[in-house]
Amino acid sequence: MNPATRSPLTWAVHLSVLLLVALWTLPTAGLLISSLRDKDQLAVSGWWTALSTSTQNIVARAPGADSQVERDGKFVISGDVLAGTAAGEVSAFGFSSQKPTAFKPGETAELNDGEKLTVQADGSFEIVSDTKMEGSRGQRIFFTAAVPPRFTFDNYVEVLSAEGIGASFINSLTVAIPSTIIPILIAAFAAYALAWMPFPGRAILIAVVVGLLVVPLQMSLIPLLKLYNGVGAFFGVPAKTYVGIWLAHTGFGLPLAIYLLRNYMAGLPREIMESARVDGASDFDIFVKIILPLSFPALASFAIFQFLWTWNDLLVAIVFLGAGQDELVLTGRLVNLLGSRGGNWEILTASAFITIVVPLIVFFSLQRYLVRGLLAGSVKGG
Amino acid sequence: MQQLVFAVGTMVAGVLGCAAYFWGTSFILDLIFPSKGRSGVEASRNLRITNAIRPWLFLAPALFALTIYLIYPVIMSVWFSVHDRAGQNFVGASNYVWMLNDGEFRQSIFNNFLWLLVVPALATFFGLVIAALTDRIWWGNIAKTLIFMPMAISFVGAAVIWKFIYDYRAEGTEQIGLLNAIVVAFGGEPQAWITLPFWNNFFLMAILVWIQTGFAMVILSAALRGIPEETVEAAVIDGANGWQIFFKIMVPQIWGTIAVVWTTITILVLKVFDIVLAMTNGQWQSQVLANLMFDWMFRGGGDFGRGAAIAVVIMVLVIPIMVWNIRNAAKEMKGH
Repeated sequence: MNPATRSPLTWAVHLSVLLLVALWTLPTAGLLISSLRDKDQLAVSGWWTALSTSTQNIVARAPGADSQVERDGKFVISGDVLAGTAAGEVSAFGFSSQKPTAFKPGETAELNDGEKLTVQADGSFEIVSDTKMEGSRGQRIFFTAAVPPRFTFDNYVEVLSAEGIGASFINSLTVAIPSTIIPILIAAFAAYALAWMPFPGRAILIAVVVGLLVVPLQMSLIPLLKLYNGVGAFFGVPAKTYVGIWLAHTGFGLPLAIYLLRNYMAGLPREIMESARVDGASDFDIFVKIILPLSFPALASFAIFQFLWTWNDLLVAIVFLGAGQDELVLTGRLVNLLGSRGGNWEILTASAFITIVVPLIVFFSLQRYLVRGLLAGSVKGG
Repeated sequence: MQQLVFAVGTMVAGVLGCAAYFWGTSFILDLIFPSKGRSGVEASRNLRITNAIRPWLFLAPALFALTIYLIYPVIMSVWFSVHDRAGQNFVGASNYVWMLNDGEFRQSIFNNFLWLLVVPALATFFGLVIAALTDRIWWGNIAKTLIFMPMAISFVGAAVIWKFIYDYRAEGTEQIGLLNAIVVAFGGEPQAWITLPFWNNFFLMAILVWIQTGFAMVILSAALRGIPEETVEAAVIDGANGWQIFFKIMVPQIWGTIAVVWTTITILVLKVFDIVLAMTNGQWQSQVLANLMFDWMFRGGGDFGRGAAIAVVIMVLVIPIMVWNIRNAAKEMKGH
């Protein structure tokens, strides 16, 4: 390419990729930023304004009449409306909910009963009256204040303790780790048999595995639920257990595992195995000492897939583990929160980020293996 | 914490159990039919026997799990679909007849076909475009990683992310949802996007496109890199411009891969469930088959007959792709 035609076109490429990257990352960025914002600010302004100062309408209540002091023959109640808030400066105030911004800071508002209210920009206020004030409930003061941006981990603390996200996190780990490890060994032996051990019916078995790759999970739900209930009743154990879901994930993950590993193992050089066999090694030895270590990249690829899939799964978890409070996994808990806390974005964003943070860590640290697995599973096999 | 210890314990026991099975059966087989240190005829006979048995020992656990968790359920789903709600009395085709007359089912079929038309097409298209563009710039790999990232996010997590984008506040108040904020900034009226019948399907589809584009991009990018340089160079010499090179030289060479990406996403679309459940639960005419099936599994105590009938419909839609996959795999096996 010569420099003359290159520059405008290259700029267009840079710009369009930048735009696409923005489109693909902004949704997640918005979630992360929102989850770190103060929940009052989150509820009234978009996350893209998170760094700018926002204005909020706040209500404060002055102390009651018993805190009044007599000064120069007048009775005075004083205080600070900004105490206890994150706000920086008062920009308007009022004393009724109809006109919450009727007065500028420093002006004096005439209350209905002859008392005078003054609020300064720094938040300090005075209620002055000629006569002794009565009543234990203090005057309500409405004011508009500029609130500087505030970031906090409060939302995370809240969802981890009060919303049961912490417990669900443990449940998700309990489901995902064994469901990832158990199928690997089973699949590895099967894949070796399908790749390197000649026996009648091998081609048909491989075709069956390829076919099972795309069987919709929905087909399995009802018969397996029936089967689990039957087995549970027969042995007098609960039908919905962790063992049940581990085995279910194992069964559902096996076609991909066998397929990926078989393709990889079939590509290993035949000479290695033949020379080992000449040296008197059995199939078992060859598999454990030669094939298994060589297949590590494929094993890692599958492990990442299976971990992401079991961690992110919702359907298998609510059908085979149940939707009760104690056994909900993170995805199930998040769906429940969407129903019960639909408008509380501080809870939803923080919970959602906790559910996606583990897969994201796995993704960014092991992306190489994930890509390799995808390519092995799709391009090669077709 | 206790259950985590239990989980790790079971896992170790499971792995050790598997290892013990594979090692133990191999050991016993060699014990019964020894070939080492035997005379020629007996050794070769025993070797032949062990070679015939051993593959099945290696395959047995996998075959057992595949049969219980995938093959048996496929057969049983068909059986359940011609039985009543508890799976006891044979009812013939009445579940299917009910299905055809059910408005919600027809709605789901219609929506599913919309999904099938839009999601694989858009995800593959964006994937192809991004793959082609990022190959030309120095920060292409960073861009790819960021676009690939949603792949790791669960459908439910993605649903929350996008529900936040579609968030709706009454007109006049400040919008905290990005989409409505943009609409208002351009002088439009804010909308409760996911409650708009028909159009809400597309707002739900956007989520799956967002997730799947990375997958398409990774695979198509590898395919584009596999194109022989000479074909492109020849086109350049012949005076083809960028568009012509891309659409007439490069794309035709990766048709096979595009088809694989397309069908893989198609399968995923047929199974899409979490997104609809989390976003609308099928309300506002956004129902799809997988969510309807889940719904009938538990609705009113659960109707296994109708649920299974819907599952069979999903399976039937998948079968053409299954056959195509098997034929491709068989073709490739012959090539080896």
